[in-house]
Amino acid sequence: MAAISLQTATMAEEVKLFGTWASPFSRRIEVALKLKGVQFEYIEENLSNKSPALLEYNPVHKKIPVLVHNGKPVAESLVILEYIDETWKHNPILPTDPYEKAIARFWAKYIDDKLWPAATKVLVSKGEEQKGVTEEIQEQLKTLESELKGKKFFGGESLGFVDIAANIIVFLLVAQEALGLMEILTEEQFPVLHEWYQRLVDDAVFKECVPPRERHLGFFKVRFGSSTASK
Amino acid sequence: MQEEQVKLLGLWFSPFVRRVEWALKFKGIEYEYVEEDLTNKSSLLLTSNPVHKKVPVLLHNGNPIVESLVIIEYIDENWKQNPILPQDPHERAKARFWANFIEQKITEAMRTALVTQGEQQEKVVKELKEAMEVLEGEAAAKLNDKTLFFGGKNGLGYVDIVLGWICNWVEVIEEVGGFKVLDPQKQPHIHKWMANFVEVPLIKPTLLPKEKMVVCFQMVRQAHLGLAAKK
Repeated sequence: MAAISLQTATMAEEVKLFGTWASPFSRRIEVALKLKGVQFEYIEENLSNKSPALLEYNPVHKKIPVLVHNGKPVAESLVILEYIDETWKHNPILPTDPYEKAIARFWAKYIDDKLWPAATKVLVSKGEEQKGVTEEIQEQLKTLESELKGKKFFGGESLGFVDIAANIIVFLLVAQEALGLMEILTEEQFPVLHEWYQRLVDDAVFKECVPPRERHLGFFKVRFGSSTASK
Repeated sequence: MQEEQVKLLGLWFSPFVRRVEWALKFKGIEYEYVEEDLTNKSSLLLTSNPVHKKVPVLLHNGNPIVESLVIIEYIDENWKQNPILPQDPHERAKARFWANFIEQKITEAMRTALVTQGEQQEKVVKELKEAMEVLEGEAAAKLNDKTLFFGGKNGLGYVDIVLGWICNWVEVIEEVGGFKVLDPQKQPHIHKWMANFVEVPLIKPTLLPKEKMVVCFQMVRQAHLGLAAKK
């Protein structure tokens, strides 16, 4: 077994990432690969004209991101993050202790199952419905904040699995700014989370993996602009 | 050897709880089972799972782990005998991919189909049939006379434990909800897998009589439809 691992380590690794510039799920994978110093080829997909390669590598969902490692595809962003962590073992993203790992998985799931649907809903809803979803998001942020107390990042001293998954929050804040919606992550309401957020967006690796600001603002204005409510 | 204290908070009719029991039995782990009452949740449940207040909750030496898939991975990483997930990172990623597919496209969809009617139910049932087709494709590719389960050479694996609930619950939900997705003609490989799964010695004694489940789920359906009518 040891001889084979050595061979794999020195053999040229072929790593490809199929993604889109504005997708938080795609950007999560970039963060992980960069944190581990893994060289990769990035392929920008056009979702209205998906490449034959993407359809071949993810026939079930036909979605990005897809990571292809030495010809073998992995799909679903959290599954890909775990694959990356198990394949390139330095600079771990997940804790080694099974209980700590379970906690990290719980919060990443919480973000994807609760925060993400609410975030997409708030951009397309109006009036009372939008007010209701905004309150929902505030509750969720409060819950997340309670998990953070005392730590620099959800991952501890450095970025981890949950911090990477929480990149959704960055996208939500840009969208809210683009659409003139009420700012949700204020320092007054969420002092701890707000501080974490500043650390996250200032992180050397993380900040390379967010969409360029002006272009991103423009993206949200075009996509959701007509359905916004005023402040 | 340190005495392990393993407690499972559950509900007799929950497929999510049953999965965790299968994982514990698969590993030969001794545990104490505590039946919860949804109308009167125990303080232990509420303090162990403050975010969702749901079962299953696994308590290991007092530490709570929640969400059935997170619990199963925790069990697999903490107790190394009889591995549930494969060792190879790419195989693990595939197992996790299919577990997610089952949860999102089948489990969640069946839950919705149970509590809806008319057009809303028709839409979900259509999606369910499509999902079953995809799963049948995977079953046809993976299973044969020598490989009875998705776990491959090792017998039962992660995907089997995650999917297994359909053997005891789908017919019940179909009867209560008044629709059909299971079709031995259209899903021969899934049906063969189901026939083999229910015969596994650790699984067989855990299966519940259909009539008892039908009564229970009829009440669930009526309660939800009643609530929906009031809105």
